[in-house]
Amino acid sequence: MPGRGDGDDWLARLQAGLTEFYVAPYRRTFARARREEEDLFMLLVFAETLGVPNPAAWYTMELMPVLYEHFHDWHRRMGMEHSPLDHLKCC
Amino acid sequence: MNSVVLMVVGLGMMAAGYLFYSRFIAERIYRLDPDFRTPAHEFRDGVDYVPTNRFVLWGHHFTSVAGAAPIVGPAIAVIWGWGPAVAWVVLGTIFFAGVHDFGALWASVRNKGKSIGTLTGNIIGARARNLFLVVIFLLLLMVNAAFAVVIANLLVSTPTSVIPVWGAILVALVIGQMIYRWKISLLVTSVIGVVVLYLLIWIGNSYPIVLPDNVLGLGPRATWIVLLFAYAGIASLLPVWVLLQPRDYINGLQLFLGLGLMYLAVLIARPEVVAPMVNHDVPAGTPSMLPLLFVTIACGAISGFHGLVSSGTTSKQLDKETDARFVGYFGAFGEGSLALAAIIACTAGFATLVDWQAVYTAFGQGGVTAFVRGGDAILVAGLGIPADLGATMLATMAILFAATTMDTGLRLQRFVVQEVGELAGIKVNTLFGTVIALAACLALAFGAGQDGAGGMVIWPLFGTTNQLLAGLTLSIISVMLIRLGRPAWFTAIPLAFLLTMTLWALQGQIMRFYNTSNWLLFTMSILILVAALWVAVEAIIAMGRGRKGAPVASTSH
Repeated sequence: MPGRGDGDDWLARLQAGLTEFYVAPYRRTFARARREEEDLFMLLVFAETLGVPNPAAWYTMELMPVLYEHFHDWHRRMGMEHSPLDHLKCC
Repeated sequence: MNSVVLMVVGLGMMAAGYLFYSRFIAERIYRLDPDFRTPAHEFRDGVDYVPTNRFVLWGHHFTSVAGAAPIVGPAIAVIWGWGPAVAWVVLGTIFFAGVHDFGALWASVRNKGKSIGTLTGNIIGARARNLFLVVIFLLLLMVNAAFAVVIANLLVSTPTSVIPVWGAILVALVIGQMIYRWKISLLVTSVIGVVVLYLLIWIGNSYPIVLPDNVLGLGPRATWIVLLFAYAGIASLLPVWVLLQPRDYINGLQLFLGLGLMYLAVLIARPEVVAPMVNHDVPAGTPSMLPLLFVTIACGAISGFHGLVSSGTTSKQLDKETDARFVGYFGAFGEGSLALAAIIACTAGFATLVDWQAVYTAFGQGGVTAFVRGGDAILVAGLGIPADLGATMLATMAILFAATTMDTGLRLQRFVVQEVGELAGIKVNTLFGTVIALAACLALAFGAGQDGAGGMVIWPLFGTTNQLLAGLTLSIISVMLIRLGRPAWFTAIPLAFLLTMTLWALQGQIMRFYNTSNWLLFTMSILILVAALWVAVEAIIAMGRGRKGAPVASTSH
């Protein structure tokens, strides 16, 4: 809507202000919920490597390289000081 | 005295406080720096730390701190006459609440956006920090129990509000779906939401719903309390986007709308204040005004809860340090104006002094019910709406504020229970945590009096705890100022006054509970007394340390 005269500009700003008013108080809650979901996904992808049988392992294997960079944060969040995997020494 | 005079003088004085006193505080005491890199910029992460436009941030801050409390407190306190209540609200907002809220914001911004709880640990000591957790849990417990009783009383006294109150839950559910599932623009959604809510108020006004006298052996009030906690329990377990988020939002809009309508009606109707300025003829059994006035009106004059909001979320979103004056101090102004509106409704909304006295028959009587009835008279006269519609509107407004606080409070209590469980080495799941929190609240609501009727006994005790929290925050600000070598009088004098009044009130409450053999509240008030004395001692020690010139590590650029 921007760039179509003062009226629209005013409306767009009001809209933006209202949106901020709506989302801001719960940003943290949502971020946390998303992280929890991603943590679960991590567990599913690395299940087989951690010794938990995973029927979909063949499919999740190719996702591993994508998730490697989050691995360190994940194992620390899960309460493991060091990487639980022998072949993955991130710290 | 005409209520317009009260309104103009009250609002005018608070506005002058913002224009002059807060500028003095900002320039000479807190010495705000427009070039200071605020936590919102320093730790910007798009989640907690987000630089936010100051008007939006003020809107947030105000709607998070304003709720049913600035209505309930003044509505009870006018029993001593309107004079003391107005004086404490206006002067409290200028010299106490403004400085406190603004100061908490400043202290947090200067300390990487840390909360008052963490700051207590850093500045005063670890013991004080644990104390802080205890105080917060008690505060949440009392606010939940007291608000459940307030809501139940309103649902019984204003049965026309039953449909809009429970209908508002449906409205919120639909709004959540409209925004996240159907992706409808927020502006459209907001307009529809508000229109439907007011439509429900209008429908409810014609169809009052009264509960039968006996439901499974419980009276109507007790039934509502149980239903409310059942609702709050379920609401606190749902994902926030489904109910809590749209509910908070619509309540925020409702707050601005309701407050605006109320003041507009006062301007048009210009009702006379019928209540005495100082009530020399208080009903028997009313406790002495000194010191109880200062704990009965907490929110609206000074409230420790505001410090939690200031330092918990607002400080992480402050764009420029100089915005703190507007957001913090003017936020207190908003709260003060809500309390003032409540006072006007409770004192000018009655035809004669006799009518007023018929409502305020005993301490704790009248209260929000008087606010609803008085406010209704003013709204009907000022805006020309059908009789009783104003009452339905105000009751709905007050209930929605209180209910939102309840389900958020219950959620927070669950977190505390889970945290304590973790410390004890027990894994408490979400459901079980909620059940424990609920049980504690219900025990307090019913334990304080038969049929939940005595629930309002908790109110002054809630005020006491809240003031204690404010005292803790003020002492942190004072210690910081002393360490910086700046005058601390502007926070230390309110602190001394507040602690004196709180301890004095507490001593009276303990005697009262002892004499009436109310052992539950007796134990709670003893706990609070211990905490209060402890805070006082720790704060004095920390101030002494500060004077000796401890390092000023916490406030570097």
